[in-house]
Amino acid sequence: MKPNRLVTTTILLSLAMMGSTRLAAAKGTTLLNVSYDPTRELYQEVNAAFAKQWKETSGEDLTFRQSHGGSGKQARAVIDGLEADVVTLALAYDIDEIAEQSQLVPADWQKRLPNNSSPYTSTIVFLVRKGNPKAIKDWDDLVKPGISVITANPKTSGGARWNYLAAWGHALRHSGNDERKAKDFVTRLYKNVPVLDSGARGSTTTFVERGIGDVLIAWENEAFLAVNELGKDKFEIVVPAESILAEPPVSVVDKVVDKRGTRKVAEAYLQFLFTEAAQEIAAKHFYRPRLDSVKARYAEQFTKIDLFTIDDVFGGWQKAQKKHFADGGVFDQIYQPGR
Amino acid sequence: MRLQRRSSLPGFGITMGFTLAYLGLIVLAPICLLVLKSTSLTWEQFWQTVTAPRALASYRLSLGASFAGAAINVVFGFLVAWVLVRYEFPGKRIVDALVDIPFALPTAVAGIALTTAYAPTGWIGRALDPLGIHVAFTPLGVTVALAFIGLPFVVRTVQPVLSDLEPEFEEAAASLGAGRRQTFLRVILPTVFPALVTGFALAFARAIGEYGSVVFISGNMPMKTEITPLVIVTKLEQYDYAGAAAIAVVMLVVSFALLVCIQALHSWTRRRQGAA
Repeated sequence: MKPNRLVTTTILLSLAMMGSTRLAAAKGTTLLNVSYDPTRELYQEVNAAFAKQWKETSGEDLTFRQSHGGSGKQARAVIDGLEADVVTLALAYDIDEIAEQSQLVPADWQKRLPNNSSPYTSTIVFLVRKGNPKAIKDWDDLVKPGISVITANPKTSGGARWNYLAAWGHALRHSGNDERKAKDFVTRLYKNVPVLDSGARGSTTTFVERGIGDVLIAWENEAFLAVNELGKDKFEIVVPAESILAEPPVSVVDKVVDKRGTRKVAEAYLQFLFTEAAQEIAAKHFYRPRLDSVKARYAEQFTKIDLFTIDDVFGGWQKAQKKHFADGGVFDQIYQPGR
Repeated sequence: MRLQRRSSLPGFGITMGFTLAYLGLIVLAPICLLVLKSTSLTWEQFWQTVTAPRALASYRLSLGASFAGAAINVVFGFLVAWVLVRYEFPGKRIVDALVDIPFALPTAVAGIALTTAYAPTGWIGRALDPLGIHVAFTPLGVTVALAFIGLPFVVRTVQPVLSDLEPEFEEAAASLGAGRRQTFLRVILPTVFPALVTGFALAFARAIGEYGSVVFISGNMPMKTEITPLVIVTKLEQYDYAGAAAIAVVMLVVSFALLVCIQALHSWTRRRQGAA
């Protein structure tokens, strides 16, 4: 056989496989919101409300596509080319990395919207079994011997990183900023953890369905969801005296919206998240609203709690990530052999 | 060309072209990119990444549990195949279809189902717990999950070979004075041995890369029950693409070496049988 025919066949077939991808062109405008796991229902409602408003003000039809998954995985998909118009993730670190790895958003993205670009917040609370049989009231109860604590692996779960940082922040504030004592505290805490699921929903399953553990460290909105959906007669929420302010941030993905010509609607969409209508929806889905008027209306739902921020205690996500969760960081040291 | 000399079949050009394009796109291109990614590390960084204590512990678990899972399947998969080929019984079709379930089930579903069964509160876990046997969240649980996903590989490779083995061979062996044990060891086993080896290799290779079903039952405790794919995901969560690729390359090299060894064993037994 002639070798050049072999080459031609090879090339033709390769090209044929690569073609045929750009077929579907949608009518009207579509926006892709790439988000993390537990926001599915929240954004379904927000999107419907915004699409209606957008239709009224601009006459344009707007369709939303939503993508949900672990926050880090979603950020990597965007870095690798998933054309998200907006990202709404669990932690600022993931959007920082989108900026750093792919330059799809500018480095100062978080300054563009009010409240650190976090339209709603949450915090870290405890879920215990009905009647609180182990009398767990605050962070210090979690490190007592014989208490079994459920939380996910902070190396694979963004949500679980908030849990870890909340524990560390508590310990630091109660030891006069003694890092050694804080490290000792989280070490004892994680010694009480029998299973480290890879994601936050996984650890909820372990606690709720498998009946393992005395206390689940969880996002407040997830804890509410667990109690409301799985029965008020089985679990109760314990709110510690202090915890971390979890600020899930949002951002427009600049290079994508400029390419697709969706900047105007994408920015309006994120602005909408800070309006009374959207804040109300967020509160309904158990996220703490930012707006005072909505806050007042939901004052009963959200227990008052002394909240510290990641910037106050850790100097931001970049520093926290590097010190605690990078390979060889504090979390790894907890599991160093021979300890 | 020399390549073509032996065959008089037409269509070599187009089929070979298709084969190369397909393999290149589907298999080689991603693997090349993977290796390329890991070269962004210096040699020292690469070595440090792949020999970190956590990585080493995960290789031990992943390779050990995969090996154990595949070995268990060789014994019990053989038995299943034997029963399916040699005996007639009601519901045989159903049992036969059951074997393929691990193929068809999404791995995450398999993982959750296994964990539900083997957790200390689950059906099986509850029975084993008083005996001091803990399956979920231990290396044993990882082995169970890997045995689960590997079963069809062994059964489906052994089954056709067994059905080709006519019962007359066994009858002939018996009439020549061989005992049951002798018949099994000298007649049946040598015939199915190559298929068993192939089944083992497939099950093993599949188990090494398995993620979905294992992460639920393993408990993911650092140094104890972290499988290598989880360590890779951990690296990705830190956006350490190069580090993740480095560990992946190690797994690739190890699996490839093992598969080559198994292939060698395979052809050695074939030659020996051919000579006998």
